[in-house]
Amino acid sequence: MSDIIRRDPRAEWIARNRLHPLHAAMQKVESSWMGPNGLIRKNPHAVGFIGPNGIKRIDRSGAQQGGSQKRSAASEVVQLPLHVVEQPAFHIVVVPDMVGGRLGSHDKDLLGLARKLAGADGAVVAVVFGEHKENAFDSAGVDRLLQIEGEAFDGYAPEQRVLALGAVESQLAPRHWLLPDSRSGGGELGRRLAAKLGERPATRVWQVADGRCIGRAGAGQEDLVRAAPRLILAAAECAEPVSDTRHEARPLALQEKVARSLPRIEDLGAVAVDPALIPMAEAEFILSGGNGVKDWTLFHQAAEALGATEGASRVAVDDGFMPRNRQVGATGTWVTARVYMAVGISGAIQHLQGIGACDKVVAVNMDPGCDMIKRADLSVIGDSAAILAALIERVAAYRQAGERDAA
Amino acid sequence: MTDLNIIALVSVGAHPTSGRARRAEQDARAVELGLRLAGDKLQVLHAGDPQEEALRAYLGMGLAQLSVLDQPKQADALPLLTSYLQDAGAQLVLTGSQAETGEGSGMLPFLLAERLGWPLVVGLAEVEKVENGVAQVLQALPRGQRRRLKVRLPFLASVDNAAPTARQSAFGPARRGQLQAHEVNIVEDSLLAEAQLQPARPRPKRLKVIKAKTGAERMKAATAKASGGGGQVLKDLSPQAGAEAIFKLLIEEGVLR
Repeated sequence: MSDIIRRDPRAEWIARNRLHPLHAAMQKVESSWMGPNGLIRKNPHAVGFIGPNGIKRIDRSGAQQGGSQKRSAASEVVQLPLHVVEQPAFHIVVVPDMVGGRLGSHDKDLLGLARKLAGADGAVVAVVFGEHKENAFDSAGVDRLLQIEGEAFDGYAPEQRVLALGAVESQLAPRHWLLPDSRSGGGELGRRLAAKLGERPATRVWQVADGRCIGRAGAGQEDLVRAAPRLILAAAECAEPVSDTRHEARPLALQEKVARSLPRIEDLGAVAVDPALIPMAEAEFILSGGNGVKDWTLFHQAAEALGATEGASRVAVDDGFMPRNRQVGATGTWVTARVYMAVGISGAIQHLQGIGACDKVVAVNMDPGCDMIKRADLSVIGDSAAILAALIERVAAYRQAGERDAA
Repeated sequence: MTDLNIIALVSVGAHPTSGRARRAEQDARAVELGLRLAGDKLQVLHAGDPQEEALRAYLGMGLAQLSVLDQPKQADALPLLTSYLQDAGAQLVLTGSQAETGEGSGMLPFLLAERLGWPLVVGLAEVEKVENGVAQVLQALPRGQRRRLKVRLPFLASVDNAAPTARQSAFGPARRGQLQAHEVNIVEDSLLAEAQLQPARPRPKRLKVIKAKTGAERMKAATAKASGGGGQVLKDLSPQAGAEAIFKLLIEEGVLR
């Protein structure tokens, strides 16, 4: 429903005009009032409103719509109760992955687990390395936020990070360490930390309850049930994320500076990978074309210029413009891209299922009413060929400027 | 091919469906990488039962022999491997990233690196070159990305599914190859005294919890269509302006390199 409050000037005019035949109907009717003897009197006829088919409806939720009530925009966002831990009895330290500088769903599940372990007295500490773009630490359940900055932690520096976590260990002596058992850094950092601290961690944990934890063992054929150790590497969906409290996310600082060690592994940076060779199910950035693409040469050029993996809708594949293994959707590949750009795809439900796990969807389409535009975070209405050509130009200009800056 | 002294650590795997013993997938990839780097000079090491038939699948990849530190199934392999590697004079030790049977915590390469004092490269995909005792390697990242690292020899590397696929195991070489057992002191592992292994339970599926206080809200949540809500729609723009908006989003998300 639209949030815009609409006035009905005619109804207002009738309500002012005592001589109008509909005047009485336009008056605000009170459904209950205090009677002369102090009793509450009710007018049952004034309750409710006349629904669209002329039948009287009573909405007992309190959010009555229609009728003589003054219509207002939807109520503002409810403030969740603030959970304050002034003097924490113990700490639960979480080191989230922060892929792309934000808390991912795995990180939020982990914070939910930490919240469960912390109870009322403990504090959940999130340790974040370097810059971040997250602004919802409070609603994710972080009581204390420890941000460790310094150029030594930039890029791939697991040994330096383990040193910093060692400093956290000696400062807070946390009851539990929680790290995501993921390929994007958490699994490695957690195991390095375990080797450093001499703790035997529980890995791939999917349930922690009553001091016991259950984790997958071996190749996933068996479960290992054991007492919950200090260091837990938890799988995705290990607990429900925090949803009904707010937390302070009070900044915390390391008391002593982290010693700088000479890195034994030198990071030479990312290597350009041919996007066409990346399996589509795990590609990060997909440019997908559908029925609306008329100039396929231009489409391939755009994919090359953007460095995107190519995808296609079923129509494009059936018409022979793209190979079958590039089809995105229920009958093709279910993709997990962070950015999915759909050019000339109107968004059949099978296609939308296939891109359900994508973070950001960009749509370029002629039809402003299509389903893809309802799903997209950014949609541009217009001719796809012209927009792709302009995009290629813009990216080329950006790349040139980058080269000039570097030179 | 380089003249490095390489040791690959292998374990016995389990077939994902039948559970039968087989060569472990990731360990076979480690052996493959080692064969590509060192050829015949690759040494392969296993801690466990020397009579295990599944070990012959590694020999079938073209190895003349395989060293086995003879120990029962529940014993701790870490101290044995540490002392063996300290004396072996290896420059590169390759392992899989986690075992297919037993605990499978994936801690072994990390603990070995800690005890030996060597650097550890996780997810090795390719060794590009080795010069003056420094190796330049490619590390596999999620989403098919690669990162170039420089690391001093000797080092330890774990291999995951991004490494080259293991070659097929041939029957003849697998029969001809030698399994050499070494007598070692056995160290018991304390974990299984307090923890139990049980068949994997299917994980509970996460339900979509609707926190609605009233019936009307529940109805709305149940019948709601997947609508973008916050989606921004740009209409009647020049192609340049539209491209600029898309470009800005791509830069913000950091996918344009």
